[in-house]
Amino acid sequence: MNALSKDMSGPLALFANRLNTLTGAERQSAAGALARTGLPDRKVEAWRYTALRALGKQDYAAPPEQVDASTVRALLDGVLQAHPAMAALPRVVFVNGRHAPAFSALPDDVDLSFFAQDPAFGLQAAPDRDPLVALNTALAEDGLVLRVPAGADAGHVMLISLGVGGAEPLSFHPRHTVVVEKDAHLRLICVQAGQGVYFHNPVTDIRVEDGATLEHVTLQTEGDQAISLGTLYAHVGHQSVYDSFVLGLGGQLVRHEVHAHLAAPRGVVHVNGAQRLAGQQVGDITSVITHAASDCTSRQTVRNVLDGHARGVFQGKVLVERIAQKTDGYQMNQALLLSPDAEIDAKPELEIYADDVRCSHGATVGALDDDQLFYLRSRGIPEHEARQILIDAFLDEAVALVVDATAQTLCRSVLAARFAGRGEPS
Amino acid sequence: MSQFLEISGLCAQIDADGQEKQILRGVDLSIPPGEVHVIMGPNGSGKSTLSYVLAGREDYEVTAGTATFHGQDLLAMEPEERAAAGLFLAFQSPIELPGVNNANFLRTAVNAVRRARGLEELDAVAFLKMAREAAKALSMAPDMLKRNVNVGFSGGEKKRNEVLQMTLLQPTFAILDETDSGLDVDALRIVAEGVNRLRAPTFSALVITHHQKLLDYLVPDRIHVMARGRIILSGGPELARQIDQEGYTKFLAEVA
Repeated sequence: MNALSKDMSGPLALFANRLNTLTGAERQSAAGALARTGLPDRKVEAWRYTALRALGKQDYAAPPEQVDASTVRALLDGVLQAHPAMAALPRVVFVNGRHAPAFSALPDDVDLSFFAQDPAFGLQAAPDRDPLVALNTALAEDGLVLRVPAGADAGHVMLISLGVGGAEPLSFHPRHTVVVEKDAHLRLICVQAGQGVYFHNPVTDIRVEDGATLEHVTLQTEGDQAISLGTLYAHVGHQSVYDSFVLGLGGQLVRHEVHAHLAAPRGVVHVNGAQRLAGQQVGDITSVITHAASDCTSRQTVRNVLDGHARGVFQGKVLVERIAQKTDGYQMNQALLLSPDAEIDAKPELEIYADDVRCSHGATVGALDDDQLFYLRSRGIPEHEARQILIDAFLDEAVALVVDATAQTLCRSVLAARFAGRGEPS
Repeated sequence: MSQFLEISGLCAQIDADGQEKQILRGVDLSIPPGEVHVIMGPNGSGKSTLSYVLAGREDYEVTAGTATFHGQDLLAMEPEERAAAGLFLAFQSPIELPGVNNANFLRTAVNAVRRARGLEELDAVAFLKMAREAAKALSMAPDMLKRNVNVGFSGGEKKRNEVLQMTLLQPTFAILDETDSGLDVDALRIVAEGVNRLRAPTFSALVITHHQKLLDYLVPDRIHVMARGRIILSGGPELARQIDQEGYTKFLAEVA
């Protein structure tokens, strides 16, 4: 009864064993879609700048049942040490895509369950259009299902995803759902970290119902050898706010793809971000913001600092449907290149079908400013320190957009811990 | 040779759109300790270039001549080493640093210089106390320490921020490049008082200005007139008043 016994070529073959043994209509249908399209190569417009060659040539196994507890503890401590405030926040910890109750400290004021208990794929994700969502749909084992009841202020919740890779490549495909009901408020901090060779492929389905607010900060600090390709859907209701920020620092190849849908009037979406990459890292921030109702606002400010041979990708599309009059949209991508071998590929796009809108976008790219460097040095500040000050300042203008003070402080601490004293020219 | 600031035969050029443009054509200038000297001269005569070359800006290539400070070869030093050695340049157009908090910037600079001078670094509390007092003496609004460096500052606020930096960094030799331009009379007096507070037998200043007004408050020891990349004339304070009344034309004609 398997629709998939046909050949799977390209990187998809690395998952063939697992895709060929699926049960359940949704998983089989997703696997069928995958078999037709394969995983995207650079001929696919949405993947023009990000190649999946990095997936390599070895099969990706499902994660082992047992993971060494002391390794997990060390990774978790590393995450929590970023700032003293973190250890006190409620947290849901996933290890290799599975909930790890021993390491969690579950929040009280929310309804919490897990995908593994009752797999529900949600309505927003589109396995037939996005192969990485299809891959997730086919292989998802577990995920957080979090619901903030109407009118409640749930405070902070941390979702910590740890990857523990072994000798063989492994992959995990968590399926998370977050619903903030009418007039409720949640501050969600997602942290991704890990070690070894692994491929993290999360799909997150978010609903912010009428009058609700979700502040969502993602600290992407995946392990050096990790590949992380995540897709997030956010459905934003009437007068509700989805305010997101991603800080991209880790991983070998990372893509953070957001589809935000402004479904009712006066919704607000922020898809802001900053990334600082070096070496051979590739960091891709892709977004599609759809204005499907009038009087909505979207803001996107992304700043990239790229050193060594690092490559940043920014693809941002704002789609304003015919009905979405009085749309206010703004999109800006800025890159600071610290080395002649660093690269930024930026593709800002506006697609507007309404006639009464205010939309702007732009992109800048440059090196550190000589006038600013000289000014700092003329005040006695050594060159490497002067460079660091200017780099920090450049990123901090994006970090400053994080409204939640705790999350903002966290971002700054993580940056400071990672880059203290690294202003030297490469 | 004096042991303080000694400039001899200094020539410098800049690369402008692939063309080498000679700007300094043999500057000779000697400033003893404890004196305030003034450079006046028409636009384009090389006054700002001289200040940049002394502070260590890399855009300018020194092609001949020497500059020594306390007997050290100034031109061989990095900009930050010159600052640590006691040289300070108040910029004609202070640079904006978006995202850099002014108080953090000032403290980083002060501690970098203290470190280089073998002094203990100041902690945040001690530094802020000192910075607030210095800002108050310059009639600066208290929130200027909290804002980003020079961002959104008015022209006058930027110039005061330069003088604040000078006050905190305790230089022995300050170059003020048209620090008086764009200032009203009250601001001018406050800035001049800031410089006067530093005056000591071990402190000298080189003031670049177009106006006599600042000199009413600063009372210089020597006036130098610069034209076409050289010092063409030097004299006492009366020379500034003469230029203020008669302009440069007469002096330029005399040396032509």
